[in-house]
Amino acid sequence: MSDTPKAATPEAPAPLYGVLAEYDDPTTLARAARKVRDAGYTRWDTYTPFPIHGMDKAMGIRMTKLPWIVLVAALIGMTVGTVFQYWTNAVNYRWLVSGKPFWSWPANVPIIFEMTILFSAFAALGGMLVLNNLPLPAHPLDLKERFRRVTDDKFFLFILVRDPKFDDRETRELLAATSPTVLDDVHEDRSSSDQVPKGLVYALLIAGAASLVPFALFAKARESKMSHGRIHVVWDMDFTPSYKPQSDNPLFDDQRGMRLPPAGSVPVGHLRVDDHMYQGKIGQAFASTLPQGIVADESTMKLGKAQFGIYCAPCHGQSGEGNGPINQRAETLKQGWVPPSNLHQQYLRDQAAGEIFRTITHGIRNMPGYASQIDPEERWAIVLYVRALQKSRTAQVSDLTDAERAQLK
Amino acid sequence: MVTPSTTNPYQGPLKGDNPFAQITDNVSRIMEAPKPPLAWYIALGFALMLLGIFGASLGYVVWEGIGAWGHIHPVAWGFPIVNFVFWVGIGHAGTLISAVLFLFRQNWRTAINRFAEAMTIFAVVCAAVFPGVHIGRPWLPYWMFPIPNQMGMWPQFRSPLEWDVFAVGTYATVSILFWYMGMIPDFATFRDRSVSTVRRFVYGLLAMGWRGSSRQWHRYERAYLLLAALATPLVLSVHSVVSFDFATSQLPGWHTTIFPPYFVAGAIFGGFAMVVVLAVPARQFFGLKKIITMKHLELMAKVILATGMIVGYAYAMEMFIAWYSGAMYEQFAFLNRAFGNFAWAYWTMIFCNVLSPQVFWFKKMRTNVWVIFVVGIIVNVGMWFERFVIICTSLTRDFLPANWGAFIPSPIDYATLAGSFGLFFTLFLLFCRYLPMVAMAEVKAFIPEGHIHDH
Repeated sequence: MSDTPKAATPEAPAPLYGVLAEYDDPTTLARAARKVRDAGYTRWDTYTPFPIHGMDKAMGIRMTKLPWIVLVAALIGMTVGTVFQYWTNAVNYRWLVSGKPFWSWPANVPIIFEMTILFSAFAALGGMLVLNNLPLPAHPLDLKERFRRVTDDKFFLFILVRDPKFDDRETRELLAATSPTVLDDVHEDRSSSDQVPKGLVYALLIAGAASLVPFALFAKARESKMSHGRIHVVWDMDFTPSYKPQSDNPLFDDQRGMRLPPAGSVPVGHLRVDDHMYQGKIGQAFASTLPQGIVADESTMKLGKAQFGIYCAPCHGQSGEGNGPINQRAETLKQGWVPPSNLHQQYLRDQAAGEIFRTITHGIRNMPGYASQIDPEERWAIVLYVRALQKSRTAQVSDLTDAERAQLK
Repeated sequence: MVTPSTTNPYQGPLKGDNPFAQITDNVSRIMEAPKPPLAWYIALGFALMLLGIFGASLGYVVWEGIGAWGHIHPVAWGFPIVNFVFWVGIGHAGTLISAVLFLFRQNWRTAINRFAEAMTIFAVVCAAVFPGVHIGRPWLPYWMFPIPNQMGMWPQFRSPLEWDVFAVGTYATVSILFWYMGMIPDFATFRDRSVSTVRRFVYGLLAMGWRGSSRQWHRYERAYLLLAALATPLVLSVHSVVSFDFATSQLPGWHTTIFPPYFVAGAIFGGFAMVVVLAVPARQFFGLKKIITMKHLELMAKVILATGMIVGYAYAMEMFIAWYSGAMYEQFAFLNRAFGNFAWAYWTMIFCNVLSPQVFWFKKMRTNVWVIFVVGIIVNVGMWFERFVIICTSLTRDFLPANWGAFIPSPIDYATLAGSFGLFFTLFLLFCRYLPMVAMAEVKAFIPEGHIHDH
């Protein structure tokens, strides 16, 4: 038994802190640990370079409560993730996305999951450190040069004096019987204290106070009046440099602010491949029939009449004789005026329906085209109504059906 | 014992009369040697040069605007997002090795898990740079976080891009915690072997007073197990969320339910390839051949073969489902991938990811470091092209031919891609020199001498 305290200073030996036994391999250490455990010691520990499987049992270490801490943190993370998303997106700042409900929880699951993991991970590391009483800058064992090999290749068993079962003679005998390579006394550490250095405390206090200064300045700025305007840190965020229509834009090759649609693109509903419908033509000739989709019936006729009244009658007159109010006014002004055509002229009666459609669409002489104002379907309805007006001047009784003739009598 | 070499301080005989001490010496002398080998300086110089290119090109992008990159309508997600997905994927193998293999009790992982974890963190750093700059105003990235503001607005938490912020952010944080916690006992080893005061102080600070108490080890191991159990679903969720960026959109070629598992498998595949690319030179130059043995490289080759086949299956299944769906746009998207404007990229990907790992069916190939190293590089090229194919072919040819466009990368695109490798390798080389590259405590715990032998 080599029990002479060598580390203590000769003039004033520090009080004994514990007894340290050193071993070369895990098996001997585990045997020793079982003996110490069975002897009823409580304030003792083994120190090893790596976790040894079976050492928990050999020492009688009870299962840590760390998993429960992590479970609680996981539940907190899950709750925070759920409640925070609900409050922000469904209550405080409601995001309307494609008419979906404000709270459609499956889409919130990924972030709830990530928050659960994040909180748990911090609890696992933080809980381990707190339960292990780390960080621990100084320890009496650090005084032993030999103990440095605990993180390399040596195994130690250490019993504290504070243990109720500790006995100066018996404890040493117990450890000596476990065949340690070295048995040594460890004395309390007088060179370092548990107190945090005063300088560090002051430095932290000053740093903490200094860190509040920017916030104090913010608070002051919020509460005081200023002669200058708001400070724009990111100028182009506050004043977006957008390009206006008709202005030039150096970013594009053609220097134009307004952009043309991509070559060959067709807006929805503007694909007009049916020449009969949109040009009034079948092949090269004007069509004399109504296109597919336009039916000569009561409702089309009414639509044609209404549109004729709006767009045509001001010049051509309600009955189509070319004497509308605009024409009458122009005649009185006598400033030179190409009068609107009388729609009952023979050459207009002889025109194909498609040609009348063309005239409405593109205009003729000083009549403008109406393509931008009247839909193609409505233009065909006007053509139908013009045909009816023309017919009204030349219709014979023989054109009527027997039933209609009977009605006339 | 290896014969002493005057050029490489890491090749001499190991100090110590027992296996524990030899492991300590083998790992610690990397940090303790007065000067690392010449190869380290050359590699660091090259990495710093690339890092300079990275800084300069990113500075140009920030100054000039992100139009400096080649992306243009309709390819708004060009190289930056390709690189982002590529780097995030690289990171996943680190977590797989450290967490998933730990849960499966694959003890061989102890030799490689530390630097695979480091690889994870450095890869996530590289990944985070790209969306951070790609947002257009890189000085406002905090807009992605739910910070109270004078407008009273909150982020849209139902957006996959917002999920990304949380998934990648959590992943980076948990990876760092896991990595740091694993290093605490090894920092203590470095601290206790230190001769200089500075070194003792720095490693002592990092070790936080770890002294190897068994009562502490008990809680430490429990915390490690919990973190592994948390990191495993996390790593699966992260690349699933990254794939949601694509899968929840309507674009043909992106709108696919196979994406989450396919992305995760691809990430593990590419990440393992990166691990072997790093492990082969590291074990050579730092004298770690006794710790990272041929057995480890062979096992990693097997993982690459297996995940490569999963990825190949996913490529085939995408094609099959496109045909089976009967959807015209879907069918066109996949025919266009294989035979359209970027067909060369598609077949490069098939060659690199599906064909090249097939050499690992042969044991001779699995145990040849050169073959492993070259296939690792080829697979990394292939995995980059996989993301390029997914993003660029789909965007350039969507529903409306009027909306089609061409994508031509700009020189800045290539500069930032190459530069990101500079950042990665710089961090990795500094890690090799100054941090414990191998988890010494874990390796010691799994050698026969580390067990209790009387029961």
